[in-house]
Amino acid sequence: MNDVFDVAIIGAGAIGAALARRLSAYDLSVALLERCADVCFGVSKANSGIIHAGFHHPVSSLKARLEIRGNLMFEQLQHELGFPFKRVGIIVAAFSYEEMKTVEHLYEQGVANGVPRLEICGRERLLMLEPKLNPDTVGGLYAPTGGIVEPYRYVFALVESAVRNGVALKTEFRVVRAQHDGEAYSIESEAGHRVRARRVINAAGLHADQVSAAFGAEAFTIVPRKGEEFLLERNAAGFPNQVIFPVPGRHTKGILVIPTVEGTMMVGPTAVETEDKEDVETTSDNLDRVFAQAMYMVPVISKREIITSFAGSRPVLPGNDFYIGISRSAPHFIQVAGIQSPGLTASPAIAEYVKDLLKQDGQGLTEKAAYDPFLPPSARVREKNPAELDALMSEDPHYGHIACRCESVSEAEIVEAIRKGHTTLDGIKFYTRAGMGRCQGGFCSYRVIKIIARETGIPIEEITKRGGGSRLLLGKIPVAQGESSEQQMK
Amino acid sequence: MIVEAFVGNVPENAGFGAPPGGTNTPAKVISHMRDLEYDAVVIGAGAAGMAAALRVHAAGFRVAIVDREDHLGGILLQCIHNGFGLHWFKEELTGPEFAERLAAQVREAGIDVYLNTTVMDLVADNGMKSLIACSAEHGVLSFAARAIVLAMGCRERNRGNIGIPGSRPAGVFTAGLAQRLINIDGYAPGKRVVIIGSGDIGLIMARRLSWVGAKVLAVIEILPHPSGLTRNIVQCLHDFDIPLYLSHIVSRIAGQDRVEAVEVTPLENGTPNPAKTFRLECDTVLLSVGLIPENELSKKAGVQLGHDTGGPRVDAHLMTSVDGVFACGNVLHVHDLVDFVADESSRCGGNVAAYLGAGLSAGGQGRVQAGPNVKYVVPHAYVPGQDTQFSLRAMIVKKRGTLQVKRAGVVIKRKTLQHIKPAEMIYFKMKGTELGPAGPDPAPIEISVE
Repeated sequence: MNDVFDVAIIGAGAIGAALARRLSAYDLSVALLERCADVCFGVSKANSGIIHAGFHHPVSSLKARLEIRGNLMFEQLQHELGFPFKRVGIIVAAFSYEEMKTVEHLYEQGVANGVPRLEICGRERLLMLEPKLNPDTVGGLYAPTGGIVEPYRYVFALVESAVRNGVALKTEFRVVRAQHDGEAYSIESEAGHRVRARRVINAAGLHADQVSAAFGAEAFTIVPRKGEEFLLERNAAGFPNQVIFPVPGRHTKGILVIPTVEGTMMVGPTAVETEDKEDVETTSDNLDRVFAQAMYMVPVISKREIITSFAGSRPVLPGNDFYIGISRSAPHFIQVAGIQSPGLTASPAIAEYVKDLLKQDGQGLTEKAAYDPFLPPSARVREKNPAELDALMSEDPHYGHIACRCESVSEAEIVEAIRKGHTTLDGIKFYTRAGMGRCQGGFCSYRVIKIIARETGIPIEEITKRGGGSRLLLGKIPVAQGESSEQQMK
Repeated sequence: MIVEAFVGNVPENAGFGAPPGGTNTPAKVISHMRDLEYDAVVIGAGAAGMAAALRVHAAGFRVAIVDREDHLGGILLQCIHNGFGLHWFKEELTGPEFAERLAAQVREAGIDVYLNTTVMDLVADNGMKSLIACSAEHGVLSFAARAIVLAMGCRERNRGNIGIPGSRPAGVFTAGLAQRLINIDGYAPGKRVVIIGSGDIGLIMARRLSWVGAKVLAVIEILPHPSGLTRNIVQCLHDFDIPLYLSHIVSRIAGQDRVEAVEVTPLENGTPNPAKTFRLECDTVLLSVGLIPENELSKKAGVQLGHDTGGPRVDAHLMTSVDGVFACGNVLHVHDLVDFVADESSRCGGNVAAYLGAGLSAGGQGRVQAGPNVKYVVPHAYVPGQDTQFSLRAMIVKKRGTLQVKRAGVVIKRKTLQHIKPAEMIYFKMKGTELGPAGPDPAPIEISVE
């Protein structure tokens, strides 16, 4: 392609997506480059979905500033984009007076950061707020401004909005090298495709160090810190209403109990530094430890309710803070690296911050008259009552054809996901929740595969779980295998 | 308002994967919710649902069957092997043949069948029950009925339920899904396969995969004994030289995009010995690690579930804790043989007819308890003086064992069993006279094996 983009964003996770969407409000040509087959398939896919309140990090950190600003932006974003988000509140539960000292410290830190309505609670008050808590608690911190969001729906909505406002999304574009010719960068993908852009933003998550190197920018090393989470069944009895944190350790926020915005529950994450960025393996030794900690805080939790476990890695830089700034060595190159927790919370504020950096780098920003911040609503059968479902079905009867029984996802929703560009089994799972429920795709996988084939024309054997070599079926079975009972059947 | 019901099957090509704009699009769009009224509504059109509905219909009551799939027969349609029907039809049939026999009876009887129709909600307070369902063909349907039969069957336990460590590549399937892909859709899930768990579906899939040209490298079983029927161990593994590793676990699934290998670790005295771990290069992992009764709707209706079976707790009439709501087949407890499903469900249908008609026998019921070495007994209650069919699962493996029934501490029945094993459900009947005289407050009975 000969066009030169004003800005190329590398990485379509929460940060790249929020930034692409923010920039789509201006008269700019923007390319969003993603190495995977779909957006939100990297670090953001395994996110816990917490909108942090802003008391975990010291006032001196960039994290703390962007976290609290980002937190306050979610109502507006939800209003515009319609993703699931609830401000359910966060509780930090202490189980000793020693721990209460840390709670006091968190409170002071939060107040210094400007967190509204923070409250130190005694035992009775805390148990009244959250009756599912272990009554052995001695008290804790209550942050009513904390919340929960479905991270994939958030990222998908941001990207969808960005694309509707003119951003060019290129998936399966794994950046391998780049060259600046005095006017613009020529960015090359592993498959040999090229994109030219005058300015580049590195939002490549775990791979931000490699991308930085490819552009001849700052040398740094991203350390993957792996976290494993367990997902518990939707109608398991006795979920807490708030997100429950233990009193934090030195590096992480600890094992949390998270009621998800979609009605399931998550327990985790662990935190283990690894060497391999692709390592998202789960292990057997975490289960007991994680559940011992979670069940200590919330005794009603049961391992029997586990429907799946998964792992993801946080992109960690030495010093643990975000690294956001204009490169000193590569021209017109902006680093947005080391975005670990609370990256999701901070993402809209990071987008705002990076937009200002672009301006500082000389990028003119003129508001686009045609910018439309709103996404048309997309219907979800499981959220409808019978009368609403009836009305929906008069638009398209396929809302009545339930493909995923566990999460009540209709064929019409799957077709919508495909038409919006999600053509892998995982892409559809994260967009619609088909396959995310208790049977984990046992009943709906073949249906989704068939619908993808029908809608896209992709042969069934070539449909993948998540792009690349993740083919699901390894060929058609030749007819007449000489099995007598089968022949009788026909 | 009662509208004309839909009878029989919808067109065959109305299911998933039909061409867009073709017959997949319903001819007419129903723009308003429709109210339907029946004496009984059966949820599920598998062997259980059909057998129960046939019995209710035969007694002269108006009954409807609702099923989310596009066919009568449920999961039987993908079970193309034989071994079905020996008890119920007195001849050996394949799964689809068994289903078709019952389906033909349902069609002949003119029972109203709503296919491609998913029940979204079930409210079962006292008196009339209401059930909301939807389908692309019929729109939103609101059923009212005096009795409900839960016959939703079961689902497979999956990787998350048993927590197999490792990466999350493509190529990990439950055995039933693989069976569906091969037998209905005609696609091969993989070429080099390791099967986890020696449940019946896994064993049958080992043979099926071998027949379609795949290499089954091993079946890995955590227990010291097989979980499937002996006949399946012989016919599906031994006949194909497929090794069965007892007391072994898969300790890791490896592979970035698609499965590349599994690591297998032996258990010694119940603990994995990592030093003896070995690796099997494969592209596919199949899971046959048990079935779970599918009771999400039962929970919505407020039905009490038992931890022992995973299904509803039922009285001597197979009625759940909610008056007028009955349960039968795999939703009640997981059976090994469809013949017993049909038998139990037909009996359940008879009880539903009695409930709708003259009323169920009012005699006091005594509790039925699982004694030593027994995981569960269904039903959970009995009526003295009334013939009762019991289903139970043992927790021990034993040749020439004894089954014993005690009432108020006194042995009232003793029976020798040739084989006792957890894999084979024990199905036995007691005469009403054996269960003692009817009375207002019968003593509990306890059933044990040794």
